[in-house]
Amino acid sequence: MALQSLDIKARSATTTQPPAARDPLHVAKLIDISKCIGCKACQVACMEWNDLRDEVGTNAGIYDNPRDLTDQSWTVMRYSEVEVQQGRLEWLIRKDGCMHCEDPGCLKACPAPGAIVQYVNGIVDFHEEHCIGCGYCITGCPFNVPRISKKDSKAYKCTLCSDRVAVGREPACVKTCPTGAIVFGSKRDMIEHAEGRIADLKARGYANAGLYNPEGVGGTHVMYVLQHADQPELYAGLPKDPHISPLVGLWKGITKPLMSLGIGLAVFAGFFHYVTAGPKEVEDEKVD
Amino acid sequence: MTNHWVDIKNTDLVLIMGGNAAEAHPCGFKWVTEAKAHRKARLIVVDPRFTRSAAVSDFYAPIRAGTDIAFLGGVINYLLTNDRIHHEYVKHYTDMSFLVKDEFSFANGLFSGYDPETRKYDRSSWGYQIGADGYAVTDPALQHPRCVYQLMKAHYSRYTPEMVSTVCGTPQDAFLKVCEAIAETAAADRTMTIMYALGWTQHSVGSQMIRTGAMVQLLLGNIGVAGGGMNALRGHSNIQGLTDLGLLANLLPGYLTLAGDAEQDYQAYIAKRASKPLRPGQLSYWQNYAKFHVSLMKAWFGDAASASNDWCYDWLPKMDKGYDLLDVFEDMGQGKVNGYVCQGFNPLGSAPCKVKVSNSLSKLKFLVIIDPLATETSEFWQNHGEYNDVDPAKIQTEVFRLPSTCFAEEDGSLINSGRWLQWHWKAAEPPGEARSDQEIMAGLFLRIRALYEKEGGAFPEPILNLTWKHRIPAFPSPEELAKEFSGKALKDLTDPKDPGKVLVKAGEQLSAFAELRDDGSTSSGCWLFAGCWSEKGNLMARRDNADPFGIGQTLNWAYSWPANRRILYNRASCDPSGKPYDPTRKLIAWDAGAGKWGGADVPDFKIDSAPEEGMNPFIMNPEGVARFFAVDKMAEGPFPEHYEPFETPLAENPLSPQNPAVLSSPAARVFKDDWATFGKPDKFPYVGTTYRLTEHFHFWTKHARLNAILQPEQFVEIGEELAKEKGIRAGDHVRVRSNRGHIVAVAVVTRRLMTLDVAGRKTHTVGVPLHWGFMGLAKNGYLTNTLTPFVGDGNTQTPEFKAFLVDVEKV
Amino acid sequence: MSTIQRYTAQERSNHWVVAIAFVLAGLSGLALFHPAFFFLTHLFGGGPWTRILHPFLGAVLFLSFMGMAARFWRYNRITPADRQWMARIKDVLCNRDQGLPEVGKYNAGQKYLFWLLVVCIPVLLVSGIVIWQPWFAPYFPVGLLRIAVVLHALAAWIVILAIIVHVYAAIWVKGSIRAMLRGTVSEAWARHHHRAWYRDVTGK
Repeated sequence: MALQSLDIKARSATTTQPPAARDPLHVAKLIDISKCIGCKACQVACMEWNDLRDEVGTNAGIYDNPRDLTDQSWTVMRYSEVEVQQGRLEWLIRKDGCMHCEDPGCLKACPAPGAIVQYVNGIVDFHEEHCIGCGYCITGCPFNVPRISKKDSKAYKCTLCSDRVAVGREPACVKTCPTGAIVFGSKRDMIEHAEGRIADLKARGYANAGLYNPEGVGGTHVMYVLQHADQPELYAGLPKDPHISPLVGLWKGITKPLMSLGIGLAVFAGFFHYVTAGPKEVEDEKVD
Repeated sequence: MTNHWVDIKNTDLVLIMGGNAAEAHPCGFKWVTEAKAHRKARLIVVDPRFTRSAAVSDFYAPIRAGTDIAFLGGVINYLLTNDRIHHEYVKHYTDMSFLVKDEFSFANGLFSGYDPETRKYDRSSWGYQIGADGYAVTDPALQHPRCVYQLMKAHYSRYTPEMVSTVCGTPQDAFLKVCEAIAETAAADRTMTIMYALGWTQHSVGSQMIRTGAMVQLLLGNIGVAGGGMNALRGHSNIQGLTDLGLLANLLPGYLTLAGDAEQDYQAYIAKRASKPLRPGQLSYWQNYAKFHVSLMKAWFGDAASASNDWCYDWLPKMDKGYDLLDVFEDMGQGKVNGYVCQGFNPLGSAPCKVKVSNSLSKLKFLVIIDPLATETSEFWQNHGEYNDVDPAKIQTEVFRLPSTCFAEEDGSLINSGRWLQWHWKAAEPPGEARSDQEIMAGLFLRIRALYEKEGGAFPEPILNLTWKHRIPAFPSPEELAKEFSGKALKDLTDPKDPGKVLVKAGEQLSAFAELRDDGSTSSGCWLFAGCWSEKGNLMARRDNADPFGIGQTLNWAYSWPANRRILYNRASCDPSGKPYDPTRKLIAWDAGAGKWGGADVPDFKIDSAPEEGMNPFIMNPEGVARFFAVDKMAEGPFPEHYEPFETPLAENPLSPQNPAVLSSPAARVFKDDWATFGKPDKFPYVGTTYRLTEHFHFWTKHARLNAILQPEQFVEIGEELAKEKGIRAGDHVRVRSNRGHIVAVAVVTRRLMTLDVAGRKTHTVGVPLHWGFMGLAKNGYLTNTLTPFVGDGNTQTPEFKAFLVDVEKV
Repeated sequence: MSTIQRYTAQERSNHWVVAIAFVLAGLSGLALFHPAFFFLTHLFGGGPWTRILHPFLGAVLFLSFMGMAARFWRYNRITPADRQWMARIKDVLCNRDQGLPEVGKYNAGQKYLFWLLVVCIPVLLVSGIVIWQPWFAPYFPVGLLRIAVVLHALAAWIVILAIIVHVYAAIWVKGSIRAMLRGTVSEAWARHHHRAWYRDVTGK
């Protein structure tokens, strides 16, 4: 994106400040699960806008199809039948896909410079031409979202339609959602909209309705309105307190520069030892 | 729909029953979410399955498939017993006060006049008492024992909450909770909308289910008001247009009816249909029947139709028997049909009892398929292994496939559930040799006409005289056809009060059906559509969504029949003095100053009839009021009565246990050989029901890759309890058998299909989605109508796809 | 100058296969280790090629190292003398070699290096297989991938440091490189650095 290249907040495997002259609107997509009818129109819109076509699969005894995210399915609906209140069945349907974390684990884990960028507006985008296919983004993601293509070994996921957003349009899934369960706008507006929805849900008997915008990853630019915000796991295992794995943090934080330094020091130590202590030489002697 | 999609946003309570709007009408369903968001509306779903609609509902009540009359009858009983009705509305705008003939009776599950031999009623006793003045007799105090109110109260007193629970399997507390929510809308400032679809129509008593729903709405004063109404969600994008244009065997365009064999006399034909008012001061709009009929004949036969030949009445076919879908396949099976033209229709999948349909098609000499896709019907003669196990060598039917365009490859109008005629424009060129349907029909017609011209024939007149004034005869354009439906003046139309004044000049398009004449000076191919293409142009193509009254009626968006009216019976939204019952939802009101009705909608009323004149809102009825008592209009009786599906897990009808003749509808037509094909609960203990999924559209989208990706493979849904009993786990393959055949599919084991306690025994439901077949891109599957019984509704003959008996086993 | 055969041609070849595989795997691994080293991907034809080649280089490293370990493990058994030698590592580093315990074919430093590699290289292999895209990684849960990635980096770091010491020692102790290039050392070298081994092979 020519314009978005001016608004980069973070860039994978890059240790200097990327261009960040402008400060455009911080955006967010709000998915209101209480309004979602699971029609999968968002899946179709995603496939159509991005020209993706997954395999015609099989039925595994559930409504979920395709069964999981793939390099061709950047969003899938996940269906959960739960009874939070005894005798009151609920069919919770969650649109799964990239959450566009404020603190993106994928970007943190990625070793290829510029393969993952986070725009100032909050979108975390994969630039597959820089992707080397190592799959480290998978280990970095607390939501298990990126998928490596079997065809080209690049990592793929929802772009939040960064191409559409760049020209002032909403993501394709938002545009197509027939019930308005998916809305898009500034993050502040989305939070405000969610508050109205949560008040409505509370009036309808969902005492624990709330917004899913987890702090552990600095908040997300894809948020959910949940009827049971106290139990996000009900929604096909949405993590209650997602955070970048400490293993990833351990390995990607200060550790690596220190380790690199260690390697450099070892080389220098040898050099200065040679200079100071000198080589170990043995005089040739005559052997009788 | 009496109302329309957008209007649903105006409601306080949505009852989805006999339908699954979120699943089958996701785009229209957005208006439910609007009502919830902006009016704090509640959504109640009553369904055999916990559907996608139920997923976003405020309350869900389970019900056994096919027992909706019992449920709604229970609601009527609740409303009457607890007196939770809209008194003024009911008193003035319905037939509650009308006295019924003394001969009318109901006992043992049967109404008066039943003949068990023919399985038909003599309906002569089903009528109002007519006074010496020729008008129906009423008792405004509602005290007379023969008044509709008293009869109805007695009839539904049997539908107690206990009875509802016994028949429907709905827990009593859930039923009462639904009743209470519904009853709240009896208040003048509260309303409810009922959204239903094929879950009501596809029963042997489907029409009566819908009527029962309408009666509930009438009791609550919810008909004719914004956010109210009886809203049929049509299963095809243009199925509303199909019935409007009379594409049913017994109809002419605009719900004019074909004459029966006995009706050879034109004047008698008209007189029977142009009903005179049954109460003083009423409009009885069908009095204008002749105007509509003559204009139709002029559209069809032009100058050949004249007063002297009764406007070609003799050229119209007279019904000697039924020619509905089931009838035709019965006849076909008996070898009485030579050829069948199948246009945009896939009966091998869509008509019940696949084996019977297949056998019938095999007896044809020729079959013509006009369709954009290679349908199962077009390939019915091919062996597709287990999915279509036939022997092509034994089928002599010659099949012609004429590829046609799909909706996106042509201009034209579609009529949505809300009766909007919406023009659409071609988006892409059709592939290959595909041609539009009108081009194909024109090609056939022109060749047939040429043959008649050349060779004569037994009855050439209707063919030779059919109007065919198209610029390109082989390609009647959508615009030409639309203008023909809408209608034009054939001569100058003068003002009857001032013969010197020309209202419409000869050749001009008409602006309303009020301009139609019965003297041959106007033509209109469908009176209901008159005005949709007026001198102002193509009003169906309008796309102005301005909503000046903020109540979502958008009169300049497309064109809504009749007369661009958005909400039918909207006069009933006002009290007898002409003031809106709910000023916040004002549709129209009487403007005394202007001396006419007006407001956000086109008044469904005589525009200048002041309230004092006492004209009532239901102007299409000769009574001027809505009917609780259906008089002689319904096959099963004037009051809806619960009858079991033809395949029922029960041995007796709990409402009339002593009479085995009324276990199932006594007035439904069953062909002789089909009785033996019905299964019994000893061998087929579970209730099967078929339905659509949101991922697919009927049998079309399995040909589309995107949809095939979303729902690739056939499955059936089984409740957890039944699955446990049968040792079936999610993902297993199961065989579902009825007495007519079996299908094999993947099992989806779910809590959403609940085990119901029906008449003291556990009843399991097996859900059978219908979208797969042996053609297309999705995984091949069985046509689900392999399972369904060959019986239909007693009035419409719509097949009973929603309730039948099956057994299920792990493969 | 009289010489003693220290390594056969096969042994030398084996060592250099390990060495080359190590350098290539190390450089390609470092390229993905930290952005500062990403430029090294250019040595391998770019990022994707680096990602593709690295695990195969690793596999070659593992297999060849296993061959070497099989040849040499018996000379690397730790003895009490090794502990004494290690206790005097300061003297070794300061080239004060007088009075050091007699050393066999390998001194304690070399032995510890050997065993370190014996531990770390299989760790690299196993953790590497777990994260090997696209062949094996999809079959493992994300939690395991995360652990594997950390273990892999850690083991690699240790190995790299160890090899730096190893290479430096070869440069520092004159006459060593020739042992691995030509296979021979001078008697003096052998007597000085590996007296016990010298006695064994010469019988002196």
